[in-house]
Amino acid sequence: MRQITANALNEVIARLADRARKEEEYLAELDSKVGDGDHGSNIRRGFTNVAEKFDCDEDMSLEAAVHEIGMILVSETGGASGPLYGSSIMNTSSEFEEGLTSDSAVEFATTFLEEVKDRGGAEVGEGTMVDAITPAVHTFKRAVTVDDASCVEALDRAIAACERGVNFTIPIRATKGRASYLDWRSVGYQDPGATSTLIILEELSETVAEYATEEGEQ
Amino acid sequence: MIGLVVISHSSRIAEGIAEMAAEMVGDDLSIFTAGGGPDGCIGTSPGRIATTLRQADDRVEEILVIADLGSALINIRIAKEQEDIDARIVDCPIVEGTLSAAIETMKPDATADTVSNAAKEAWNIDKGIDR
Repeated sequence: MRQITANALNEVIARLADRARKEEEYLAELDSKVGDGDHGSNIRRGFTNVAEKFDCDEDMSLEAAVHEIGMILVSETGGASGPLYGSSIMNTSSEFEEGLTSDSAVEFATTFLEEVKDRGGAEVGEGTMVDAITPAVHTFKRAVTVDDASCVEALDRAIAACERGVNFTIPIRATKGRASYLDWRSVGYQDPGATSTLIILEELSETVAEYATEEGEQ
Repeated sequence: MIGLVVISHSSRIAEGIAEMAAEMVGDDLSIFTAGGGPDGCIGTSPGRIATTLRQADDRVEEILVIADLGSALINIRIAKEQEDIDARIVDCPIVEGTLSAAIETMKPDATADTVSNAAKEAWNIDKGIDR
């Protein structure tokens, strides 16, 4: 891959590890209301392990790099989010076969969403990360393919859409995941998995914006 | 030969169930367990499950997998794919289903279908609580 892409990838991994540490308590609190309370530590463990074990340079292909990140998340994260994020990333990495372009980014995003839905068996409206990923991906795709927006702009819009998705999980009943055991008592609570999706997207977007500026200046 | 793989978020639960099953039907039972997350805490890990599936695959011809919760299924499917091992996941209560399955595997004419059905029937076991 290009050196700048490798740098950006290493940077986003480092940021995610940092952010995961900062948000561990918050995610744990959300999860303790509707689950077993381990989402915070799972996400922190997953992303700090990726930061420790993963390092890429231009000699690695983007597809292989993304695949490896997915693999580490699968084996180190724990809970349901690890396998969901991780295996979906692994199985979608092939979308980057030809490298990073706005088209391959859109393909990755849309295929990633299908993988998560397939693995976890959830549809929109069940109070899961699917409620956050779906609006983010759809908005991203529309921005790039219909509005001809830059990836930076598209990610920005995706974050706003993701936030709406996270908020949507609050007033609905969870019908998937540990929260579904609470049935109607799950209404009124923000889904932790959807929340971590937003966090990940935020760090990704900030990194992309930073490197896009750098690229523009080069 | 049909082997049972018991997957729980708790390694102690999985091992305890295997212990109960072996006590009920004897040591000829082929039963394998995996439980606990990446750091050994409550959870499941595709790595641990994959190791157990490999162990089972080395010793038996057919594998039936019984799990406790939905999130275990996600990891079981990942492990299956990773190892490219054919294993049938059975929908049944983890304790009672494993015991019913274990009893069935001991019958000379047992097949993966009959064992799977026996496990599923465990949903209907009457524990006599209402008497």
